[in-house]
Amino acid sequence: MSTDAQRWVASHVAGLPKSGIRDFFELVAKMKGQDVISLGVGEPDFVTPWHVREAAIYALERGKTYYTSNLGMIELRREISTYVERHFGVTYRPDDQVIVTVGVSEALDLAFRAFCNPGDKVMFHQPCYVSYHPSISLVHGTGIAVPTFASDNFALTAAALRAAWQPGAKILMLNLPCNPTGGTCTRGQLEEIAAFCREKDLLVLSDEIYSELTFEGTHTSIASLPGMAERTIFLHGFSKAFAMTGWRIGYACGPAPLIDAMMKVHQYAMMCASIIAQEGALEALKNGWDNVLRMREQYHRRRDVIVRRLNESGLPCHLPRGSFYAFPDVSATGLSEKDFSVGLLQHHKVAVVPGLAFGENGRGHVRACFATAYDQVIEACDRIDRFVQGLRQ
Amino acid sequence: MNPVLKLLIDGGSLTTGQLAQVAGLTEAEVNQHLEQLRREGIFLGWRPVLDLSREAAAALAVRAVIEVKVTPERGGGFNRLAERIARFDEVESCYLVSGGYDLLVFVRGASLQRVASFVSEKLSTIEGVLSTSTHFMLRCYKEQGFLLGADDSQTQRLNVAP
Repeated sequence: MSTDAQRWVASHVAGLPKSGIRDFFELVAKMKGQDVISLGVGEPDFVTPWHVREAAIYALERGKTYYTSNLGMIELRREISTYVERHFGVTYRPDDQVIVTVGVSEALDLAFRAFCNPGDKVMFHQPCYVSYHPSISLVHGTGIAVPTFASDNFALTAAALRAAWQPGAKILMLNLPCNPTGGTCTRGQLEEIAAFCREKDLLVLSDEIYSELTFEGTHTSIASLPGMAERTIFLHGFSKAFAMTGWRIGYACGPAPLIDAMMKVHQYAMMCASIIAQEGALEALKNGWDNVLRMREQYHRRRDVIVRRLNESGLPCHLPRGSFYAFPDVSATGLSEKDFSVGLLQHHKVAVVPGLAFGENGRGHVRACFATAYDQVIEACDRIDRFVQGLRQ
Repeated sequence: MNPVLKLLIDGGSLTTGQLAQVAGLTEAEVNQHLEQLRREGIFLGWRPVLDLSREAAAALAVRAVIEVKVTPERGGGFNRLAERIARFDEVESCYLVSGGYDLLVFVRGASLQRVASFVSEKLSTIEGVLSTSTHFMLRCYKEQGFLLGADDSQTQRLNVAP
């Protein structure tokens, strides 16, 4: 048998870099059983609330094991429409402006495949979620990274957008609050971004998966700003706010012709999201809001602890207004983000993710997820402090 | 709500030092809050939550819940009798309830006989107690918020994820 199987891999996939998180995952996996506190996760530490799990079990018991409509169950789309209107102030018709997907990740993939021609330019702010740039490459698009900075609390500014803009740019990808920085934009900043999008005729893909986890003030969706709903695909899901990561359930809302285009890809690639996950999501929307608030309150307090402690240890860290990530600057230690992460893991058994995994602008930072119990957060902060003080001596 | 009280309710078993960090207070301030809550009769005390089916914890493992019907009294209603019953060491909790009986009394004892004799000799002989119906607890599935057996925390979440 030939050992040169690599020759069958498509060139644009072969050229795709592996996620920087993967290497680090392997390193942490080797330390199994060694009392490692992981701040390296990208998901809630809460198990999905029982009423949601129970609803899914009930659905199974009733024999709900079949395909649903390509767009997703109409009851779920109605609930999504109501939820989005109530919390984001944008109205979408359940019949043709909402599509249920396998996590927000699938929604994003559908959008890129539906809207991006080979060579089309897609702008995205960086540091950002690991999949954005590769997803653009997979549809033969060209990614344009727009930097965000700690000095702006990692908010995206219209000025940075304008500076990075190139003729032919077609799509702007937003993720506010942002993984890994926790950065958000004020309403004023969003209005400037919206004006820029209208001026340059950009289609906006807005991944608002962390929006419920906004700690100060209220979250504003760019889709709710004047003249934006018609040029925005609103992407959302249940993973973070409802603690449903493993269910893989999300959705997209937007103008009917755009949702229809996404639906074409979805019907051939995925057919529909799992009916069990849809049943769970339906229950989450109907009866889950109290749990969202309860979890958010805990994340809020944990954020305050970790950000205060990191700053006290001499690792400057802005206050992330949303998400469950702190993104401190570790450059004062004299170590690169990778050496810092490896040293912290090996000597003090705390896992954080090197910021470079989230793009060039993550250099000098690490991502520390505070979706873990109070005592673990505090113990991790104690260990980080010992590590940093040790480096000083 | 008092920040320390809030954390006592949903913060799990944090030490005073940890409570202080989470609430953004000094330890002395947390102790002041605790003292204040104690003075106001809001915070009554600490109790461990145990799995009493385990041998190591089985010293007072026989528990029963007793439905008690009583005759209410002019002036005091159910209070005098309820307070009298509540004072017995065997009684862990005592509630006035709506429905087919008046008091719901949780008792604990070293053996079935001890609990049975408490009911027959102490409780049911009190003047004003009309009847008792005792249910011995056979097995516990959830104890004050803690699941026994299948525990959600035993998950195999990845240590690093995007």
